[in-house]
Amino acid sequence: MPDAQGWDAGLLRFTTAGSVDDGKSSLIGRLLFDAGVVPRDQLGALERVAARNGEEAIDLSLLTDGLIAEREQGITIDVAYRYFATPRRKFIIADTPGHEQYTRNMVTGASTADAAVILVDVRKGMTVQTRRHLFLAHLLGIRHLVIAVNKMDLVDFAHGPFDAIAGEIAEAATTIGTAPPTLVPLSAKLGDNVVQPSVQMPWYEGEPLLAVLERLPATTDERLLPFRFPVQLVRRVTTAASTTRLYLGRIESGEVAVGDAVAVLPAGITTRIRAIGTHERSLDRAAAPQSVAIEVEDEVDIGRGDMLVDPTVPATVAKQLTATICWFDDAPFATGRPYLIKAGTRTTVAQVIELVDRFDPAKLSRGPATGLVRNDIARIRLATALPLTFDAYRVNRATGAFVLIDQQTHATVAAGMIED
Amino acid sequence: MSLTATVAPHRAAVAIPSLVPSSHLDTLESEAIHILREVAAEFRNPVLLFSGGKDSTVLVRLAEKAFRPGRLPFPLLHVDTGHNFPEVTAFRDRLVAQLGERLIVRTVQDSIDRGRVRLKHANQSRNAFQTVTLLDAIAEYGFDACIGGARRDEEKARAKERVFSFRDAFGQWDPRRQRPELWNLYNTRLDAGEHMRVFPLSNWTELDVWQYIAREQLDLPPLYYAHPRRVAVRGDALVPVVDVPELSGGDRIETRMVRFRTVGDISCTLPVESEAASAAEIIAEILTAQVSERGASRLDDRTSDASMEERKRAGYF
Repeated sequence: MPDAQGWDAGLLRFTTAGSVDDGKSSLIGRLLFDAGVVPRDQLGALERVAARNGEEAIDLSLLTDGLIAEREQGITIDVAYRYFATPRRKFIIADTPGHEQYTRNMVTGASTADAAVILVDVRKGMTVQTRRHLFLAHLLGIRHLVIAVNKMDLVDFAHGPFDAIAGEIAEAATTIGTAPPTLVPLSAKLGDNVVQPSVQMPWYEGEPLLAVLERLPATTDERLLPFRFPVQLVRRVTTAASTTRLYLGRIESGEVAVGDAVAVLPAGITTRIRAIGTHERSLDRAAAPQSVAIEVEDEVDIGRGDMLVDPTVPATVAKQLTATICWFDDAPFATGRPYLIKAGTRTTVAQVIELVDRFDPAKLSRGPATGLVRNDIARIRLATALPLTFDAYRVNRATGAFVLIDQQTHATVAAGMIED
Repeated sequence: MSLTATVAPHRAAVAIPSLVPSSHLDTLESEAIHILREVAAEFRNPVLLFSGGKDSTVLVRLAEKAFRPGRLPFPLLHVDTGHNFPEVTAFRDRLVAQLGERLIVRTVQDSIDRGRVRLKHANQSRNAFQTVTLLDAIAEYGFDACIGGARRDEEKARAKERVFSFRDAFGQWDPRRQRPELWNLYNTRLDAGEHMRVFPLSNWTELDVWQYIAREQLDLPPLYYAHPRRVAVRGDALVPVVDVPELSGGDRIETRMVRFRTVGDISCTLPVESEAASAAEIIAEILTAQVSERGASRLDDRTSDASMEERKRAGYF
């Protein structure tokens, strides 16, 4: 039974990634089942499926199958979000399928995640897809990486194959420049080391997967970054005495207090905070991730797309930038074609002026880029029609990210992370 | 576990103005306000779908937080099957009067009268036909964004839906062609005739909604709380005895203490047995609940394993 404090120990958003047949659906199904959070009516539905197919055990992977086509084809089509809570914390899983649009799906799930669980089939070892997942997790700024080495039952729970994979992962992590991930040997099918510790693997000294996830520190460090407040909307409030302008938005990082000096970017004007409010009350100070209304001292022209920032550590304002993008669209990237760029609350037109290099997941290195097709990861230089206000993505995820939108089809064609 | 203890940490968080660690409810609230403000900034003619149910009541509260002291930048729209629980309609009208905002009501009966909907028989459930009435209302007013209270934890097709969910010129959802949604950067681009469904409560669970109702002390229609009601006992389901659904011969009519976990059209909404008479008691029940929200209370989702997906594809909420 959860205690009162347990619920607010911290929300952990994590994403799961794996190749086709790594057993990801089974792992999530097992996690939910053994954690005791699967409702009785949903288990009843699985029991009916098992009875219909003449099987003894229920298929836990079916818990995560959502769409008709997925059940017909036995695959997962799209990112699915799942919610569960243990006595220790509340979880949101972004479950990302590993086929076809694998880069798009993983990047989407990772963009809002604090942690990633990457599946490896112990019989296959590390694959190109694993390398890609490791690199993407690093690129997207995922703080905690857990490698679930699955199907240990199929190698008789032996230590050797697990150690071999641990060595490969450590080497890849060094090449990428990321901290060494936590590895958990498990069997999603039988439940070993998912929620319950495994009696089959006494050589493993760590905790089961769920305990590892429960222990990861909750993300709060955006409050330690400099103040950033992208303006979403301006509202005029008129009383008999005066008209005030309220700037509505969410504090993406840092904190702010009444009386603080702030710079309005991209204009570069400095003013002071006169008031901070929520619907119910006035605040002396506020911090990320609060949504608030802000009033400033001076009559400054501020609108959607502008950003209020800490003037001692301002964000960059520029009309050219270097970024790494992940290309999603079925149509290849077209040089010279203008796209819409959406960064924070600013939308403007952008053109790629240089394709710098392309990432090769097999070698974990960057090589020459001549074009971009679906699932490619590349470094580019962009020019924008209006100046953008941004930070480097590795420093600040909220102010360093953007998407590219095709002006004709309106498809979201790429996700970008700004370098400088 | 004490019931008050579950709610207490949130109240404490509200009392201290800032820099207390953000609770998960604060995070969800801030995310929802951000989404509502994005709708106001990026769409020409949005509308908030309001049924008088608990989720849309939470939405209205969030809209107040996002936009007060000004007016809400969108009207409310109720798609009325004509088979509502009277206490829900009374609650709807009372809340709208308190808000001082504009409510548009469009009824399935209008769609029937104009020949857009044909019932097989007079007592057929009108729930699925709300889609026709909703799409007609969208066309009539030219709405380009409909804000709804659907949550991803409700149902497995919804688990795959975006916060900003694109609908084509026929109002249809194509789960295979959804736009990828990254960070909090929502692609809101539309061509004429297309529209967006927007779900600010996407990441909320049933428990989060009730914890929020308790924290904000939101008023709800009384049928969400335990009350004696005449029900027909049909297998493991309790069917409310009202004028609308046809009773089959074998039904046993009894009076039981029940509450509704979801409230929709009378003909497809089932109560559950419960003694929970307050939000705090409901929170305690959910913490030990063994049956999902829709599984417990919706006849329309029991029809087939994929019925929500099929309705959503056609333009349902």
